[in-house]
Amino acid sequence: MYPRKFDYTAPRTIADAVAALAGDEGAKVMAGGMSLLPLMKMRLLSPATIVDIGRIDGLDRIEDRGDHIAVGALVRHAETAASDLVQTHAPALARAASLTGDVQVRNKGTTCGSLAHADIAADQTAAVIALGATMVATGPGGTREIAAADFFVDTLTSALAPDEILTEVRIPKGGSGSAYDKLGRRGGRSDYAVAGAAAWVDKTNGSITAARVAVTGVGTKPMLVEAVGAALVGTDGSPEAIAAAAEHATEGVTLLEDLYGSEEYKAHLAKVYAARALTEALGG
Amino acid sequence: MSTTSVLGGVVRRKEDPALIRGEGLYVDDIKLPGELAAAFVRSPFAHARISSIDVSAAIAMDGVHAVYTADDVRHLGPVLAQVAVGTLRPPLADGAVHHIGEAVAMVVADDRYIAQDAVDAIFVDYDPLPAVVDLKAAAADEIQAHEGVSNVLLAWSGQDWWPGVTDELPDAKPAIEEAKARDDTVTVSLEMVNQRLIPTAIEPRAVLANWHAGYGSFELWSSTQIPHALAGAIAKIFGLPSNKVRVVAPEVGGGFGLKLNIYPDEILCCFASKELGRPVRWTETRREAPASSIQGRGWVGTATIVGTRDGRILGYELDAICDMGAYSQNFTVAIPLLGLFVAPGQYDIPTAYTLTCVVTNTPTTDAYRGAGRPEAAYYLERIIDRYAREIGMDPAEVRKKNFWQPDQFPATTAVGLTMDSGNYAANLDALLEKVDYEGLKARRDAARAEGRLVGIGLSSYVEVCGFGPSALAGLGFSWSEYGQPAAFNGSGVVRVNPDGSCTVIIGTGPSGQGHETTWAQIVSDQLGIELDQIEVLHGDTAESPFGVGTFGSRSLAVDGTATYEASARVKDKAAAIAAHLLEAAPEDIRFADGGAHVAGSPDKTVSWPEIATSAYQPHTLPDGMEGGLESTAVFSPGNATWPFGSHLALVEVDPDTGNVEILEYWAMDDCGNVVNPMIVDGQIHGGIAQGIGQAMFEAAIYDDDGNLLSSSLMDYPIPTAADLPSFRLDRTTTPTDVNPLGVKGIGEAGTIGSAQTIVNAVVDALAPLGVEHVDMPLRPRNVWQAINGARG
Amino acid sequence: MTVNGTRYDRDVEPRTLLVHFLREELGLTGTHVGCDTSYCGACTVIVDGRSVKSCTYLAVAADGADVRTVEGVAVDGTLHPVQEGFWERHGLQCGFCTPGMIMSSVALLEQNPAPGEGEIRHAIEGNLCRCTGYHNIVRAVEYAAAKMRGEEPPAPDWEVPS
Repeated sequence: MYPRKFDYTAPRTIADAVAALAGDEGAKVMAGGMSLLPLMKMRLLSPATIVDIGRIDGLDRIEDRGDHIAVGALVRHAETAASDLVQTHAPALARAASLTGDVQVRNKGTTCGSLAHADIAADQTAAVIALGATMVATGPGGTREIAAADFFVDTLTSALAPDEILTEVRIPKGGSGSAYDKLGRRGGRSDYAVAGAAAWVDKTNGSITAARVAVTGVGTKPMLVEAVGAALVGTDGSPEAIAAAAEHATEGVTLLEDLYGSEEYKAHLAKVYAARALTEALGG
Repeated sequence: MSTTSVLGGVVRRKEDPALIRGEGLYVDDIKLPGELAAAFVRSPFAHARISSIDVSAAIAMDGVHAVYTADDVRHLGPVLAQVAVGTLRPPLADGAVHHIGEAVAMVVADDRYIAQDAVDAIFVDYDPLPAVVDLKAAAADEIQAHEGVSNVLLAWSGQDWWPGVTDELPDAKPAIEEAKARDDTVTVSLEMVNQRLIPTAIEPRAVLANWHAGYGSFELWSSTQIPHALAGAIAKIFGLPSNKVRVVAPEVGGGFGLKLNIYPDEILCCFASKELGRPVRWTETRREAPASSIQGRGWVGTATIVGTRDGRILGYELDAICDMGAYSQNFTVAIPLLGLFVAPGQYDIPTAYTLTCVVTNTPTTDAYRGAGRPEAAYYLERIIDRYAREIGMDPAEVRKKNFWQPDQFPATTAVGLTMDSGNYAANLDALLEKVDYEGLKARRDAARAEGRLVGIGLSSYVEVCGFGPSALAGLGFSWSEYGQPAAFNGSGVVRVNPDGSCTVIIGTGPSGQGHETTWAQIVSDQLGIELDQIEVLHGDTAESPFGVGTFGSRSLAVDGTATYEASARVKDKAAAIAAHLLEAAPEDIRFADGGAHVAGSPDKTVSWPEIATSAYQPHTLPDGMEGGLESTAVFSPGNATWPFGSHLALVEVDPDTGNVEILEYWAMDDCGNVVNPMIVDGQIHGGIAQGIGQAMFEAAIYDDDGNLLSSSLMDYPIPTAADLPSFRLDRTTTPTDVNPLGVKGIGEAGTIGSAQTIVNAVVDALAPLGVEHVDMPLRPRNVWQAINGARG
Repeated sequence: MTVNGTRYDRDVEPRTLLVHFLREELGLTGTHVGCDTSYCGACTVIVDGRSVKSCTYLAVAADGADVRTVEGVAVDGTLHPVQEGFWERHGLQCGFCTPGMIMSSVALLEQNPAPGEGEIRHAIEGNLCRCTGYHNIVRAVEYAAAKMRGEEPPAPDWEVPS
């Protein structure tokens, strides 16, 4: 298929990019384009202007900032997946990035782009929520920080304003482990998530002191399921404790049936993958 | 890497050097000066009246040359079909649309981007009508897919379905009913869905038409499996002699049956080119392909077996409703018939069948790899498994107990057809030995003891392909309407050129099957001309002899045989010339090492260039011999061929998610003699992958209104490399006497044998839970549902 | 942009996809189009060292980039070991997915000279083939990997009973 006509601009600075967005209601940001271009080719989306941020310097880095790591807007999925920093401090995100799309998609698509697209069946969305990440949005008024758990508003809808760019995602260091696992649409872990869960845990002296689990693929948006973490805190993180906590995996989730799962099945899978992610996060 | 024997040996493909360099020319790669691009407005409704079409904005756009609707092109239709039963497709929807994505208007513009822009600017008013999608609802005729026309086209059933070819068959029903009534028998029944599939060749179809006003002729490039039939159809439609239509099928990027049709876009591009005086191109997009090309399968039916408790099957019944889609295209209503041909499989069992062909408001179905035969094998081999479980007998034993025995061939089956050759028990035994069946069962049982869901699936199959006799093609079908003879002939031209090189021209239309290599091996084996001196041409109706095309696993057995016979005739003439040159008797001439010599006198030799040069110089020929060194042969097989085999899979199911993993896959196929084992194995690999695709992944899913919910590869997941294991193949060899090469077909066998192998394995894995059946595709969702249901 | 070592300067409409630029503008028709949703990978090329799907890539966004296509893989007429592997191990049938499959395999072997079967299968997961069942494609990549390491390729299946 072939996109409709549009204007194209490739600013060199974030300020120029924000200005381009602010001055044009029909403008859309493009980083890797892996989510945007297929929609445009099928003419489901026809922005008047594409603001290609691909030529802005400095956005393609993963940085160690002491108490957190920062993943810039142009970091590709493949780079997120292969990064020592991400693997060390945010294994859930590294894993989710490695399970996003296929090799070519991971070579072009960006972690931040996928997050901003807010697909209900994406992988890294759940990871950043579970990791307690902070999303940094840059708009005409400067930058603002949005907690990952508040970032995903609805299907394909993030908390970004139309004139804002997700310039980086910050992931706090700490905790004793994190993990992501999913069932893919083609079975195994291939393709978009039928259901997936990311878990982050902190375990001190044999007791879980903090835990967060986020699910993706099962509902109207990727989301933090606070009840799972709450149920796990104070336990020893045993298989029984995990199983009991995972039972809460759909609390607050608006389940959504699709070609790959009924609501009942998705609810079941949310529990299965919450348990699997927790088990792996705890080194099991 | 080649082995010593050219015939039966592995040789690297002649096709590959261009393809691996990106130099293969597919239709979309061919550019003509001044060409225009077409795009189609497609219906968003499955069933609706068209109240108005406003093309004014589109036609006014810069770069738009024409917009056509039904009023402009009605005279070109309906689109010809070889089996013209039911409503044939109009070139563009005429007054009403009958399936989602049906073409309503055609735009021709400077390029494909502009053409698509113009499509957006065309406004069609629809008056929606109720749509019928569900097969049982369609059979009940409550909603009609075409207003005022019954949905039920015909039912393939009874004892005289093939008058003139088979004798009237005995009615199997009374004996089956009697067996069911006995106290000492078991009757098992399963209703099963064999779902709709989208064939999905990786090359979308593409067409490039060019009308030459001065010559009064068309050139038409099309990604088709049937270039000659297409040329005949275009000639017929435009009132031209067929020699004024040159169809070229250049490289064709996969066919699998979907390119075995005459399509409206082929006709319309010709029409537009003639109207506009410019070449006109259309390249299918993946998104429109489910509607612009045919789909496959789509049966819902019940299989029943009655048998004794010790494994003797006393009767098999198959009663299915088969989805034709909205219009009949090339072979649409004949696809279930192909299934009927192999309904009793490898078994000597009374068989009763009713295959009801119904119309629905969905895109047309037609041949997709296997075409009826995978469906038939699925129903039979699933119910045999069910029966084996019911009586507590090993499924391999049940099969062996009911096989045709080698000394019974040629064997006339319960549907009245005669199978050429078979050695079924030996083939299955070879498979079981290969996989260490007893060891495998022990491995499964050990896993089960640990609570794992591991299963073994087995399926035997028989295929019918390489069709003959031609009389079959002449029965009740409308081939002559099509501008071509009703025939299952194969053809080949073998020409030795004056320099001793050889040109072979064949009537097939390959799409990846390696004909250039295989045919060169046949000719090289006959003539002793080196493979690199043989060029095989195909797919261009201006240069090749009339050919039926490439489908139904027919090319080698039929067209390959024709080439074999042509080369034998060339060899005879070459022997006479060599004898003349060497002053020897023709019967003493032997061909080897790039030339001929006299038997017993290896130093009396003459090379192929010398023989060939002589052939074109009358003064060096024997008195009275006609010059030249070529022959055209047409082969008409007296019967179809009947390949067979058995497949086995080992799978594991994740009880928590329903995810299925294929741990091992073995196939033991028998396609008679083999020309190139490498190519044959490749065909089996691909066939198995498509069968597994149906078993585990693929489904064309419609909602009740006839909207296709799986219209892109995002939602129609065909298998990727990561989803499949390596396959372990072996073969038995039971030649046919239908052709002198002793070859059968192999293009579809892998697909026919595999889907039910996987389903049988998964059901075996779930058997400890009491699961009896899971419908395809075995997506985790469906498998988990079965597990969950069984656990209550 | 630079394509297979040759620099091209062209003005294009912003909506022109890289694959159409390569095919229509430069006449490099070895790169194919098989879908609309960046699933099939027939359009795979290597841009600045990374395999990407050129159907989901604006040509303007590739301004200044170094692009390699299947036409540029053989050097001075000598086949790349991956091309050789596809030929030797029957890694193609209709050939339509082959250029993309070759580019993905080249990119893989540039990063991982000794991939296992599972790694190969995941590396070409974004390239759909409907003919081969991937079996012989995996064998072709194994062949190429061995060749590039200077080792003897594994014997072909047809010489080793499975």
